[in-house]
Amino acid sequence: MINISEVIETNRMIQNENLDVRTITMGISLLDCAAEDVAATCRAVREKLMRLAGSLVKTGEDIACDFGIPIVNKRISVTPVSLVGASCCRSPEDFVQIARTLDDAARELGVNFLGGYSAVVSKGMTPADELLIRSIPEALAVTERICSSVNVGSTKTGIDMDAVRLMGEIVKATAERTKERDSIGCAKLVVLCNAPDDNPFMAGAFHGVTEGDVVVNVGVSGPGVVKYALEQIPGADFETLCETIKRTAFKITRVGQLVAQEAARRLGVPFGIIDLSLAPTPAVGDSVADILREIGLEHPGAPGTTAALALLNDQVKKGGVMASSYVGGLSGAFIPVSEDQGMIDAVNAGALTIEKLEAMTCVCSVGLDMIAVPGDTPAESIAGIIADEAAIGMVNQKTTAVRIIPVAGKTVGDTVAFGGLLGHAPVMAVNRFDSSRFVHRRGRIPAPIHSFKN
Amino acid sequence: MNKVVITVVGKDTVGILARICTYLAGNGINVCDISQTIVQGFFNMMMIVDTAKAGVPFAGIVGELAGIGEEMGLEIRCQKAEIFEKMHRV
Repeated sequence: MINISEVIETNRMIQNENLDVRTITMGISLLDCAAEDVAATCRAVREKLMRLAGSLVKTGEDIACDFGIPIVNKRISVTPVSLVGASCCRSPEDFVQIARTLDDAARELGVNFLGGYSAVVSKGMTPADELLIRSIPEALAVTERICSSVNVGSTKTGIDMDAVRLMGEIVKATAERTKERDSIGCAKLVVLCNAPDDNPFMAGAFHGVTEGDVVVNVGVSGPGVVKYALEQIPGADFETLCETIKRTAFKITRVGQLVAQEAARRLGVPFGIIDLSLAPTPAVGDSVADILREIGLEHPGAPGTTAALALLNDQVKKGGVMASSYVGGLSGAFIPVSEDQGMIDAVNAGALTIEKLEAMTCVCSVGLDMIAVPGDTPAESIAGIIADEAAIGMVNQKTTAVRIIPVAGKTVGDTVAFGGLLGHAPVMAVNRFDSSRFVHRRGRIPAPIHSFKN
Repeated sequence: MNKVVITVVGKDTVGILARICTYLAGNGINVCDISQTIVQGFFNMMMIVDTAKAGVPFAGIVGELAGIGEEMGLEIRCQKAEIFEKMHRV
């Protein structure tokens, strides 16, 4: 029987604590769209997207209306485009044509982002992979809704340092190519290690080759709900703290599970996974940093932050796993800087540095995310940062990522504004010492010893 | 049965229930249960209704009830019951 206090609690979460379903992401395989020439490939891609995702946005809106819960984003992820274009693309410009086709389709379908302008080069790059990577700066400059990702390593394969070095240059080139808009291209470009095939969150979403033809994945959120729950138990011991986070994560995830099953049923598409993530937005009260403060830190970055984040991440997973039949994606707490007002405040207060964020990425779900750095940061330093994050992911058998924006013409003390969900960010200092001799070595870092489990 | 939960939050005034029930009756929506409580000085009412024989699409009911709420200075929400059942029950 439905109980009035539970109804009030649910609606309080939605109305006062920013509980929402962050994204319904339809994963679509484009492998069967590969043709011998670019125009034919683009035609096939467009036809398939329009056919399968035609009612995605409407379905999301209908479900939001039925249950009275916002479904913030309706998105699409596709097969890594380096594979789709491998048979027909002979130049970076050819790949950019596919990017334009995807962007046009995304606009017509009404989805706000389409992910999968990607290459998975954990062990090495094919010629097509390299062409796609070299096309990224142009592709992100001439499109609006395309997100790009490159996976440069995994626990099983090690780290492709040639790809890491190239991505240092590509991140810089993307920043330069979109310099009139605070280098926003870099906000849609992420470099990953151990990238999941079923991630519904941008910018790293792509529809991996292990997936079926089409699938629906859902990303839940709700940092404000967790913070509110913790506010009710001030000074509680760790057992109570953890139990409270776990119970809250369970409730949040149950809503995601309901929405995912409903979306799958209405779209006639298999349900893939729920991504159990605490994804902040720049809105007040929708902050992972605020949870860390509620746990007892003056600002994120204070000593104890890594332990508090580890605890938070683990309890979110423990509560969420029980609530859903399939979990996947990134699943954990996100710690972007520009998308979380509490993180921005911590940087401005001098509490949070890139080095501390790097330590935090060892225990949370992704990595260095939405961090603005000076525009004159060398490509080698960016490659070094990517290599560090990839090493953390590789050794700890987890996903890590770098989404860093070397903002052209700006330096420490400046602020950049990307707008919307991407937020705004203070430019953070990067260690100024040189890593170019390390980065310019050729080849790959071998897989760690604990990856050999056969 | 299409179980739907209607919640009404706001300042208690004469005729809230009458107005909502008139709308529901006029649109073929059956009231199954009503409960109410006061939270932080605000009137909270929950109705469980069945919209299986409703003469209007669900989005229309949501919009029209919200409109009645606006007229009366109340917040009226209308949600399918599964969201509450799923969130609080394994």
